[in-house]
Amino acid sequence: MATKKFRCKVCGYVHEGDKAPEKCPMCQAPQSEFEEIVEEGAAPAKKGLNTNSNVYTIVYAAVMVVIVAFLLVFVSQTLKERQTANVINDTKQQILSALNLRDQADVAATYDKVITADALMQADGKLAEYEGEFNTSYKGEFDKGNLHVFVADIDGQKKFVIPMNGLGLWGTIWGYIALNDDRTTVYGVYFSHASETPGLGGEIASLKFQERFPGKSVVDNDEVALKVVKYGKADKSSQYEIDGVTGATITSTGVNAMINKVLSAYIPFLTKQCCKEGGCEEGSEECCEEHNVESND
Amino acid sequence: MANKNSEALKQPLWVNNPVLVQILGICSALAVTAQLKPAIVMGLSVTVIVAMSNVIISLLRNTIPNRIRIIIQLVVVAALVTIVSEILKAFAYDVSVQLSVYVGLIITNCILMGRLEAFAMQNGPWASFLDGIGNGLGYAAILVVVAFVRELFGSGTLFGFQVVPQCFYEAGYLNNGLMIMPPMALILAGCIIWYHRAKNKDLQEN
Repeated sequence: MATKKFRCKVCGYVHEGDKAPEKCPMCQAPQSEFEEIVEEGAAPAKKGLNTNSNVYTIVYAAVMVVIVAFLLVFVSQTLKERQTANVINDTKQQILSALNLRDQADVAATYDKVITADALMQADGKLAEYEGEFNTSYKGEFDKGNLHVFVADIDGQKKFVIPMNGLGLWGTIWGYIALNDDRTTVYGVYFSHASETPGLGGEIASLKFQERFPGKSVVDNDEVALKVVKYGKADKSSQYEIDGVTGATITSTGVNAMINKVLSAYIPFLTKQCCKEGGCEEGSEECCEEHNVESND
Repeated sequence: MANKNSEALKQPLWVNNPVLVQILGICSALAVTAQLKPAIVMGLSVTVIVAMSNVIISLLRNTIPNRIRIIIQLVVVAALVTIVSEILKAFAYDVSVQLSVYVGLIITNCILMGRLEAFAMQNGPWASFLDGIGNGLGYAAILVVVAFVRELFGSGTLFGFQVVPQCFYEAGYLNNGLMIMPPMALILAGCIIWYHRAKNKDLQEN
């Protein structure tokens, strides 16, 4: 067996052997003054696993990662369906909010009742029925060149809702703008954001800011004229200028850039280009009615 | 033992408050306190996550290899936050929209790592749970106080409802724009720490 060690409590001499010597060779202290030295680290190793060994550490890390990974996959898979349903519901609510139908109790039912068509704008400004699944990210659609227009029917009046995407100060911002049948007067707007500062840039999501839009005009001379300017700088008599959010200049500029970028792409639709180029008389109401998508069953 | 447990719960509420004394979680305190609502949402979610991760780490504490304990703690916290956020997305979508950015802030909140390392690694699950609840609530309390002042004087509202009457504005009262800016949260937290030190003389440094 391994040799034990004994230390003399008087002088500190360490003796190696099976038992303590009868007298300390250094200071002559008796055997009773010796105590056994227990090696550190030896005791826990006997009790169980050595939690400091390399193998244990690696195995522990591997097992941990596998367990966590399975847990995450399981949670994500089981909840995916509900989550997608929630996102679709939320997107529909956002579209309805632009039509001033905020906080609906049954979003899906109201959406089906109010929105008559989910359409894509064609190059000449006509609308064609969109035949894919309901989208929840209109940024991807915009980048692909799929320009969505939602046709809505509010108390017999036709409205158009256009989804928008842009950048704020910290992250993405998005929104929907609802236009009257004349395709230039704003009926309502909805904005939201991923991570703008609460109380500053975050205020674009507030009713107070969004209420400044209805009644304004979007296009002038075939160009987007609607502008969000610095707070207090908007010309009250102008039908194109809107006050931004106090203390959130960059977010307000982002909203302005977003409106400009997205609506510029929609110019053919907004200016009823089909009426100008088509065979029928310029501005003729029938011409454009004909090209509009009628309600889906 | 019961006394020790109740200390674990009560101490962090005021005497050993994580924000005031340990100066943990200051960055998220700046970000979410411009309004009361996000402050409360953030405070509650941190409380839940600290308590849960404290319990898990406390249960594992004797098996965790010493050299990778920080990584293990981080994995547990990150997994927990992700799972909670997934569940919220499925069953409480409104809350998850409210939380959006703060979910990331919870994972990086120093209070979590601080409590796991300082308390859960040495104590049993029940004591760790109470410590988590106490620290979370202590953190939430500071957020609420700071957010109350900032929203009231910065926007004239509480929970988004107008509380400063319109006639004040007509008489020339203006909202304090500085209150909404992040530095004001630091100044307010500083004022609270000042008061806290004045009340707790033993914490004062020479």
